Amino acid sequence: MSFVKLLFFIFTSVSVLSAFRMVTTRNPVHAALYLILTFFSTALVWLLLEAEFLSIVLILVYVGAVMVMFLFVVMMLDINTALMREGFVRFLPIGAAVAVVMIVEMSLVLGPKLFGLDIYPQPVPKPADYSNTAELGGVLYTIYVYPFEIASVILLVAMVAAIMLTLRRRPGVKYQEAAAQVKVRREDRIRIVKMPVESRVQAMNKGEGA
Amino acid sequence: MAEFLSPLLNLFPEGMQPIVLILIQALLIILLLTGAVAYLTLAERKVIGYMQVRIGPNRVGPRGVLQPLADMFKLVFKEIIVPSRANKFIFLASPIIILIAALVAWAVVPFDDGWVVADVNAGLLYVLAVGAAGVYGVILAGWASNSKYALLGGMRSAAHKIAYELAMGFALVGVLMASKSLNLQEIVRAQDGSILHWYWLPLLPMFLVYFISGVAETNRAPFDIAEGESEIVAGFHVEYSGMAFAIFMLAEYANMILISALTAIMFLGGWLSPFQGTFLDAAFAWVPGIFWMFAKVAILLFLFLWFRATFPRYRYDQIMRLGWKVFIPLTILWIVVEGVAVYFKLGPWFA
Repeated sequence: MSFVKLLFFIFTSVSVLSAFRMVTTRNPVHAALYLILTFFSTALVWLLLEAEFLSIVLILVYVGAVMVMFLFVVMMLDINTALMREGFVRFLPIGAAVAVVMIVEMSLVLGPKLFGLDIYPQPVPKPADYSNTAELGGVLYTIYVYPFEIASVILLVAMVAAIMLTLRRRPGVKYQEAAAQVKVRREDRIRIVKMPVESRVQAMNKGEGA
Repeated sequence: MAEFLSPLLNLFPEGMQPIVLILIQALLIILLLTGAVAYLTLAERKVIGYMQVRIGPNRVGPRGVLQPLADMFKLVFKEIIVPSRANKFIFLASPIIILIAALVAWAVVPFDDGWVVADVNAGLLYVLAVGAAGVYGVILAGWASNSKYALLGGMRSAAHKIAYELAMGFALVGVLMASKSLNLQEIVRAQDGSILHWYWLPLLPMFLVYFISGVAETNRAPFDIAEGESEIVAGFHVEYSGMAFAIFMLAEYANMILISALTAIMFLGGWLSPFQGTFLDAAFAWVPGIFWMFAKVAILLFLFLWFRATFPRYRYDQIMRLGWKVFIPLTILWIVVEGVAVYFKLGPWFA
């Protein structure tokens, strides 16, 4: 067994095991952590396929940003696991039915007759100066430029929509307006008053009168 | 670098040699980095001391040079206290996660032409991805401590790190556009010419945004709200003691050095001599590139310490405003400007 094959088996078994534990673990933070481990080991499998750009972007986007947000939310939840387990028997038949359907579907798609070295020949190792990033960019911005741009615009619209949906305008909230603060000039805050100098006698009289 | 080690490497069988070479390089980097971290803590205390008109540590060894060793011994022999009802595994794993993230990024950092452990094509992305993974150490430490202050520190830091990672990523898009490569060595080679060819000049807003975001990303003053001792005691590491605490400190300083090294590589010409293209070039030709690299890193590290001695801590909403409403629009704007410059092949930089 070659070193690469050994690495492949390590990464795949870690990703399958952590995906399994993600579903079965009780603690939601642990589940999120197992999901992160799954992403990580999947990224390493992609790296073995010489898809370095996709693999690093998987870590950057999912591990670095999406899962941080997940953890952020999950950490603040106060989940009562006893309550969550209450309906287990009642929902068991529906859950089992869904599971059976999924297993059948996946076995139809992932069966041995669709995969194997005779259908997908072993990829030829790329030369040392091969840059996955450049290749991917070349394809995305030439052949697939319209689907790529349309997908990005759809994502942008979805992002704006999500922000608009959650935007609440609350009256009476005091925000610091940095722009207004920067714009302030001396004349807006202080007034220099010109007045004649008081003579000493007047000033002393005032002092006595007080 | 492999040439120096060839007599040693020949002792091992043929198939083992690359692995042994990588192990030696990794060990070298870790040892040098630990030493640098130890003396950076001393430098910080001394520099801030002199800026505040006092002397700083001067008791251990001549002029206090052995102070880091004393600190290390103190921390190693202190007890590690695990809070009751804390999640023990994650509590102890999170400093290790932070440290690993701070160390593995060094694999792609070139110290001189060809002096790099792994010459990765997507080095720039790798550095970003590893930096992103380091966030977990802080968040998980905050959560696993089972303490209000620690959780608040972890939360704050999760939000502010995501904000500044975006700004950092956009700043790096600028570097990528200018150098047309994600490989850190290629980026340095693309800046060859003179001090005016380095990317600090055409990418000045990116340079400032990247470095300031780097200060935020390493939880350093004035962005150290993850610790925020005036509000939440010591934030995410309030429950840590002894060696576990020391690892957080080690990772923080290692990250500072890493950010300085990356800034030097991407905006200040890495190992290139600052006298290139001037009449002094020949006079300084004997200086090895690694010296210039270390000098640039040292100057940037001094800036870190200077910031800490100078600026008061930002308020949380001000940090968020700076990240989302100032830095990200600024970098996006400059990407457009740069795009135009690249299209018209402007000046010495984009030709």
